[in-house]
Amino acid sequence: MTRLSGGLIDRNTSFSFTFDSKTYTGHEGDTLASALLANGVRLMGRSFKYHRPRGVVAAGSEEPNAMVELRSGARTEPNTRATVAELYDGLVAKSQNRIGSLAFDALGVNDYFAPFFAAGFYYKTFMWPRAFWEKLYEPMIRRAAGLGRLSMQADPDSYDKGFLHCDVLVIGAGAAGLAAALASARAGAQVILCDEDFRLGGRLMTESHRLDGAPATDWISSLEAEFETFPNLRIMRRTTVFGVYDHGIYGAVERVSDHAAEPGDKVRQTLWRITAKRAILAAGATERHIPFADNDRPGVMLGAAMRAYANRWAVAPTKSAKDPIAIFTNNDDGHRTALDLMSKNVPILGVIDSRENAPRFGDYDLFAGSMVTGTKGRLGLKEIEITNGGTASWHRCAALGVSGGWNPNVHLASHHRGRPVWDDTLLSFVPGADGPAGLIPAGACAGLGSTAKALADGAKAARTALSELGMKAPDIALPDAEDMPVSQADFWHVPGKKRAWVDFQNDVTVKDIVLAHKENMKPVEHLKRWTTLGMATDQGKTSNVSALAVMAELTGKSIPQTGTTIFRSPYTGVSLSVLGGGDTGVNFRPRRLTPTHTWAKSQGAEFVEVGQWMRAQYFPQAGETDWRESVDREAKAVRKDVGLCDVTTLGKVDVQGADAGEFLNRMYSNMMGTVAVGKVRYGLMLREDGFAYDDGTCARLGEDHYVVTTTTANAGLVYRNMEFARQCLWPELDVQLISTTDAWAQIAIAGPKSRLLLERVVDEFDLSNDAFPFMGCAKLTVCKGLRARLFRISFSGELAYEIAVPARYGNALMARLMELGSDLGVTPYGTEALGVLRIEKGHAAGAELNGQTTAKMLGLGRMVSVKKDSIGAVMSRREGLASDARRLVGLLPVGSTERLMAGSHLFAQGAAQTIETDQGWVTSACYSPHVGGYIGLGYLENGDTRMNEEIIAANPVEGSEMRLRVVPAHFVDPEGERLRD
Amino acid sequence: MLIPHPLLGLRDAQEFTYLGDANLMNRPDPNAPNAEAMFCDYVFLRDNPAGVHRELWYHEQGDRSWLVVTRNTVTHEILGAELASDVALAHREGSK
Amino acid sequence: MKFSGFKVIKEALTGHKGWTPLWRDPEPQSAYDIIIVGGGGHGLATAFYLAKTFGQARIAVLEKGWLGSGNIGRNTTIIRSNYLLPGNEPFYEFSMKLWEKLEQETNFNSMVSQRGIINLIHTDAQRDAYRRRGNAMRFAGADSVLLSREELREKVPFLNYDNARFPIKGGLMQPRAGTARHDGVAWGYARGADMRGVDIIQNCEVTGFKIEAGKVLGVETSRGFIGAKKVGVAVAGSSSRVMSMAGMRLPIESHVLQAFVSEGLKPTIPGVITFGAGHFYISQSDKGGLVFGGDIDGYNSYAQRGNLPVIEDVLEGGMALMPMIGRARLLRGWGGVMDMSMDGSPIIDRTGIEGLYFNGGWCYGGFKATPASGYAFAHLLATDRPHDTARAYRLDRFAKGYVIDERGAGAQPNLH
Repeated sequence: MTRLSGGLIDRNTSFSFTFDSKTYTGHEGDTLASALLANGVRLMGRSFKYHRPRGVVAAGSEEPNAMVELRSGARTEPNTRATVAELYDGLVAKSQNRIGSLAFDALGVNDYFAPFFAAGFYYKTFMWPRAFWEKLYEPMIRRAAGLGRLSMQADPDSYDKGFLHCDVLVIGAGAAGLAAALASARAGAQVILCDEDFRLGGRLMTESHRLDGAPATDWISSLEAEFETFPNLRIMRRTTVFGVYDHGIYGAVERVSDHAAEPGDKVRQTLWRITAKRAILAAGATERHIPFADNDRPGVMLGAAMRAYANRWAVAPTKSAKDPIAIFTNNDDGHRTALDLMSKNVPILGVIDSRENAPRFGDYDLFAGSMVTGTKGRLGLKEIEITNGGTASWHRCAALGVSGGWNPNVHLASHHRGRPVWDDTLLSFVPGADGPAGLIPAGACAGLGSTAKALADGAKAARTALSELGMKAPDIALPDAEDMPVSQADFWHVPGKKRAWVDFQNDVTVKDIVLAHKENMKPVEHLKRWTTLGMATDQGKTSNVSALAVMAELTGKSIPQTGTTIFRSPYTGVSLSVLGGGDTGVNFRPRRLTPTHTWAKSQGAEFVEVGQWMRAQYFPQAGETDWRESVDREAKAVRKDVGLCDVTTLGKVDVQGADAGEFLNRMYSNMMGTVAVGKVRYGLMLREDGFAYDDGTCARLGEDHYVVTTTTANAGLVYRNMEFARQCLWPELDVQLISTTDAWAQIAIAGPKSRLLLERVVDEFDLSNDAFPFMGCAKLTVCKGLRARLFRISFSGELAYEIAVPARYGNALMARLMELGSDLGVTPYGTEALGVLRIEKGHAAGAELNGQTTAKMLGLGRMVSVKKDSIGAVMSRREGLASDARRLVGLLPVGSTERLMAGSHLFAQGAAQTIETDQGWVTSACYSPHVGGYIGLGYLENGDTRMNEEIIAANPVEGSEMRLRVVPAHFVDPEGERLRD
Repeated sequence: MLIPHPLLGLRDAQEFTYLGDANLMNRPDPNAPNAEAMFCDYVFLRDNPAGVHRELWYHEQGDRSWLVVTRNTVTHEILGAELASDVALAHREGSK
Repeated sequence: MKFSGFKVIKEALTGHKGWTPLWRDPEPQSAYDIIIVGGGGHGLATAFYLAKTFGQARIAVLEKGWLGSGNIGRNTTIIRSNYLLPGNEPFYEFSMKLWEKLEQETNFNSMVSQRGIINLIHTDAQRDAYRRRGNAMRFAGADSVLLSREELREKVPFLNYDNARFPIKGGLMQPRAGTARHDGVAWGYARGADMRGVDIIQNCEVTGFKIEAGKVLGVETSRGFIGAKKVGVAVAGSSSRVMSMAGMRLPIESHVLQAFVSEGLKPTIPGVITFGAGHFYISQSDKGGLVFGGDIDGYNSYAQRGNLPVIEDVLEGGMALMPMIGRARLLRGWGGVMDMSMDGSPIIDRTGIEGLYFNGGWCYGGFKATPASGYAFAHLLATDRPHDTARAYRLDRFAKGYVIDERGAGAQPNLH
């Protein structure tokens, strides 16, 4: 064990956990990384390309190396950073990206071939022979690539989504964030304080600095106590704000139960969309390392991370005096690590400082003007080489802390593509002025890294936010804190011939950058793409700026001239589950149920998805073994007796007002408004570009009152278009619209006995052909007083009616009609039979009205009135539309009883079958019980002049071909006598 | 995104359906001698500016009003929103 | 320099000293025969084929940023030729055939990987529509397979077959479709063009056209005036802005499309899967990231970034289709500007200005078209006649009514 004294772990609560099946013990407050370090485990992972052994580098979410598969079974979570995995009892973790054990990874052989895997090597080879790419090279690469493994099982946990609104969102609960939250909350603003950590404090927890002379945790505790008293402050621990979106909307993920073995009855995570009037970005800074030869050994860490492990988690990578810890730094801050470790009695080899005039801050060996130029220890650091001028010496060393300066976490500030700006004093990028509106960077994230400055800047950011919101900011007393200036050298990497890693996870070395420069991949985006720099899971947080510095050195330009680096959301990886939310499986999208759904279900109907709707597809009866049997029976019943079908899903729009008729004339291509009161008219609607859009009926219920119907698919769209026309095109018209699709249940009663059946439900209403002829409509009552609307329209070609009642009575009316019609052979029919009936009658539906067809193609050219203007009328006359010679025809198989397939293409007999000779296609096909065989509808080149010609329907994708005879597009009652009967 | 609905205040853009350039309100005269050419411009051609754009949004999951929203297509900043029917009527008044 | 496995080995053994720049950084000359505006995939491919296939010389590509910085640098890398309409399918199939020999032509491994694409079928009507499309592909010389539910389940067993809001009933597959390494495509064409003498000039923004008497004489740029006999514009994401400098309004709106990549994972998904009912499509890169996307955000935008609702919408589709990806993490999302044309199909045509040619309006499908677009644009620039497979991509098709509207959505770009 390498535990130290102190720290923020609960030594009274011990947790048992396993890593690669070996059992260890840690404490509450540990992360997986700190607990592994405490158990003396330094080797935690393998790198992406060379499969180099790796240990933990950082202590936060920027960790590039210590990636594990957390949990097991369906809950396996690949690529989890050990540094942010909160320890719990029974935690199970496995190392990843290895073949064999972590210590003996067979793919480690890649490292010996590293010279062959230089930047971009794969673009230059693997091209011969061509067929080998998919068969050999690529599978090889794919197997070796990737990091963790998915379980391939469905995620068993639940997720939630929610909205939050606040005046001030504070992102990060370190020194700046806490001060900002305190000031804002005291001012009475609605405040949300988020931090990705499970404790508040940020770096205040990981440094030994005192506040007002006491441990910083005292101040945090008192603050937390005060926070409890604010009803206007919401503290969200374990919550990462991952993205900044428009108009002050922030995406955040709260890890509700990731710190438990299983979520139990809670959700695992919640996605919050936080709308904030102002946000204070107090995201802190990330330390950068200094590339040097073989700087990637387990045991080489960031200096501040080493300090964090010692101070917060009471752990050091080693406590052995024989194998001490060394520090390599280019700045003053690195020395703090040595001091903190020494104060905890950790043996220190010394501080290696690249600066000739390096200051000394304590009693340790100082190697001024020196550099680390090499390391030994394949599975864990054993020795380092320290070079001063021309003199090099090897030293035993089990861990090395590297401090290369700090990069402000500008991530969120650049989500709106604003560029960070270079600060020559800080030697780092800070947020620019063109960040997201309303987002105020503060503290270390704005380049103000001392504790005192961060506290003050947090309070200042709060004052700015509050005053912009018209609120008065109280003066808050901030504790006395360190304010040490940090001197730093403009020193970015140790020159040398061996590989010096810049991006650890993706194995990008200084050599790769040199090669990219040599090959003219100089723009920073080319550099990244050529070398894969910054594309690992840390998205370049630990590597981008260092790489820019190396490239700048090569080009002789300054760093800001060489390029900037901006980030895209998310800040850290967000589980796909939480973004997808809880509505998966059958709940993925809402289902709309028709008013007769319950009744249909009780009748054993099979249902089918029609857009959002679930509609009865057919009603299988006892003894029927095949869906076709049911559908044939239903279709026949309609032609012979009477059938019932719920047609509620067709759109209904109520149109009222003095100008309602004029309005409809403009919406429909034909004269719609002139239909007489008590009559229904069929109408065709075009898009403004002249193509056929939708069809439906228009019933005039009163002088100023019309009801139009639309197809099911276009119900919402047609209504939207009508509102557009009413509000945007012709606001001067006196017309009002309301969609009543859901308000009225509508049932089609179709078949020769439909009148007989209907007579049994209407209240004193004359249904005779004279009194209520074809295309009549009326308001009436049924079933002794239930208000209803009746339309004599037919989709099947039979004598038919559609009756509408308030939606809540739909189920009852259906049941009543079934009951009253039992002696008439009344039969419910579903969408399949409906389809058969309409194909037999030659009515167009979605397959014919597919947005690509003209009125002429549909055989409805004459419905586009030339006497008046209407939407699409002008454009329908364009050459391309007018000259399209394809026409809707009926199609009958010749000499074949095989099934005719919709989607087959039509060709002249004997013609070669190519795209040039293609003459059309079968739009719809079905078995017609009326015809006694398969029938189809289709668009055929000059189809209206080719009646009785025999053509070919070719369906190569299913290997079938069939001869068809071209016939008129109605197979039943071509004169239309039945429906007028 | 949040749309400042002139009647209902700030509303989430998810409640709206987007149509496009507000010029779609200016339907050409179908009886003009060059009506077909004018309609082709109207239906197909767009200024498509990188910057301030007046555009139509429909409050489909709300009060079903069409709005003319002025928005910057580079920054997504919204500069204002009006009821489309008010805009259309004012345009009528203006052209009288 | 010729790239080869031998060369890689030789350089590895000799310290990588022999590599040379992939392309030059030439100063612009005062005039060229042909200037291509836009150093993205289509512009670079155009220059490559102009030099290689059409024997043209004195060619420059002007790029305002770094080459390959447009949509070729940010996309979901899918290549396919599974279109329905005769105006489109031969063109995309031509493109597929060029993809199949791309690497041998450019001597650069762009990792064209024909692992197949599957469009899922959820309803009988959709099966009919896909049958029509699959057949149309066959008649144009492409490959297509209509998969039953059982055949599909064998190929991609990890989809949600048993508890779906939109039941999976099969799929239309194009086995020859797949993906290509997007940057590698740009670099392969750039290097190939540069080797053949094309001047690729980065950081050179076109700020205007010099047009006299209806004829283009050259372009004004951030690096001065450059004369040209012919100017071809291929600037996806900036089409309206650039062409407005020549006084043209286009049948185009610019919209933002977001796409996403997960953290690296061991091989999970073999090819490309598209889930139209859920606005979701996905593949897995050779590096291991799941690459996926969905619908455009829906509003005009030049911001190169989108909003959260679409991210949620895409992942809702993803989780509904394949709930086993849920434990993976989103690594990065990005937004690209898509020049959405009024019928969803592109334009490769001359303009009303002599010597000025336009290539654009690729919506979010431009990547797969890169080789054929370059080839056809080069054909047009070199011969003044459209390439056989690109005849339908005329600018006047809107006015005349010969639109190529695969979706039947009409003149509403955010529905294509």
